[in-house]
Amino acid sequence: MKAQGTTTTRDGRWLGLYVLAYLVFLYLPVLLIPLFSFNDSIQAAFPLQGLTLQWYATLYGNPALSGALVNSLVIGAIAASGATLCGITVSYMDLYGRSPLAATISTIARLPILIPGVIVGISLLILVNLVGLGPSRVAIVLGHILVALPTTVVVMRSRFVAIPRTVREAALDLGASDWTTFRRVMLPLSLPAVLSAFMLAFLISFDEFIVVFFLAGTEPTLPLYIWSQLRFPRSLPTVMALGTVILAVSIIIAGTAEILRHRGLGGARRNPA
Amino acid sequence: MSAIIAARTPEARSSSGFRATMLLPGALVTFLLILFALGLVLFLAFRGNDGSLLGVGLTVENFATVATDPLYWTVTLRSLVIAGLVTLATVVTAYPVAYYLAFHAGHRRGLLLFLVTLPFWTSYLLRVFAWKIVLAYNGVLNSALIESGIWSEPTLAFLNTPAAVVVTLAHAYAPFAILPIYVALDTIPKSLLEAASDLGARPFTAFRRVVLPNSMPGVLAAALVVFVPTVGDYVTPAMVGGPASTMIGTLIQSQFGKANDWPFGAALSVCVMLVILLVVLVARGADRRFGSRT
Repeated sequence: MKAQGTTTTRDGRWLGLYVLAYLVFLYLPVLLIPLFSFNDSIQAAFPLQGLTLQWYATLYGNPALSGALVNSLVIGAIAASGATLCGITVSYMDLYGRSPLAATISTIARLPILIPGVIVGISLLILVNLVGLGPSRVAIVLGHILVALPTTVVVMRSRFVAIPRTVREAALDLGASDWTTFRRVMLPLSLPAVLSAFMLAFLISFDEFIVVFFLAGTEPTLPLYIWSQLRFPRSLPTVMALGTVILAVSIIIAGTAEILRHRGLGGARRNPA
Repeated sequence: MSAIIAARTPEARSSSGFRATMLLPGALVTFLLILFALGLVLFLAFRGNDGSLLGVGLTVENFATVATDPLYWTVTLRSLVIAGLVTLATVVTAYPVAYYLAFHAGHRRGLLLFLVTLPFWTSYLLRVFAWKIVLAYNGVLNSALIESGIWSEPTLAFLNTPAAVVVTLAHAYAPFAILPIYVALDTIPKSLLEAASDLGARPFTAFRRVVLPNSMPGVLAAALVVFVPTVGDYVTPAMVGGPASTMIGTLIQSQFGKANDWPFGAALSVCVMLVILLVVLVARGADRRFGSRT
């Protein structure tokens, strides 16, 4: 038994080293972007040429950039609201609706995971052209609702599952209508997950490129702006400064969403699926 | 009794209104944006290209072209090989991380889970771009190799190769593979491991005969989650792959852009979906054969 214990800790130590190396591999290329954003050279190459903040200064007073930023923020907020609303209703009805239709909707809602982004993009491109909308901000919002939907459904579903069934039954037995039970009991109990789903959906929309590429009209989003700038070697440092800012904000939002997702319900640990 | 019925009736009425309202957003999105839009792609795939939105006639010519032109076979095969290698690399490298998280992480588990999922939420475009910085002619890898005296002059051998696409995609999708495997490992009852060790199984045998089969559903889920987006990717080949790494996603994208043959692009999309369907079915079958606990 003692021998068993030592093998386990030794294995654990080797595995721990491996995990460390894995994390380095995961983060090293990404960390190059902030590193070179402070580098006083137009080329992203070693040795570093000295510290500068000039690339961050170029971010100010750039109308194309700020236009794309506003566009991304507005689209992200609307798409995240839509995706969260769908995530709440789809998973709630899937769990408590007791109807084959609700179960079918929930299954289809998680289907976009199995569709490559390029096909989501072209299928919506055909659809918005058919209804006369054309590539536009509305089209992007629809696309991003679709891309974020599996995430919001999974987040909301795992939260609703974690609420004991007796809570809802008690509310119904005490005479609350379905509406009241949903609005006054189930929704407040799952509020952290609602916020978390919203933030994750917002991040997905904010960073999304593959689908938006097909659906954007004349107003680009931030990833499209970055894509257009990547062709010009001279604007690379500016792109890296912008990337660093996006990275920092994304980390803050993702961290907050993560904290919210695990809060509440007496620390009942759910699988983060 | 009548009081109960009276109390029940308004609830039943509000209940159907409630159900309809609650089902509406999901129904709109799933039936219109997913099923109807995919139906349009399928329809368009059987039409001829006359420059109009939905094409003309009814034809299998698009599929005949895909089937007979060797270019499409080459590109499809290349996409499958690249996506397959990326899937293999991500799943194999992610497994030990998931294992550590499930069995050894202890109090650091929460932090580690956050750290491995964090890159998932940072810009995909930037993650791919970071590799361009690393692999470029005057990039990080070349300048580091010259600085350290291993090579005397920079090489073009890194960027614009299929290998660059594999490395970049494997890095970009690495976090996707860890979570499903971790969830599968975490749900294995610890008593199973104790039973194996009590019955005299050595650690490796216990891993091979107990842990690995029980985690197969997670491994297959991880493989799907990585395979699907990589097989249709067109950004990474464009950024780090060069002309020798054209993938099926690139071809679809160009049919809806420069080439402007939407029906043919739709046919290519249908073929990709069929390939994915096949992969899903194989994964399902594998799930049933190995490991499934139900």
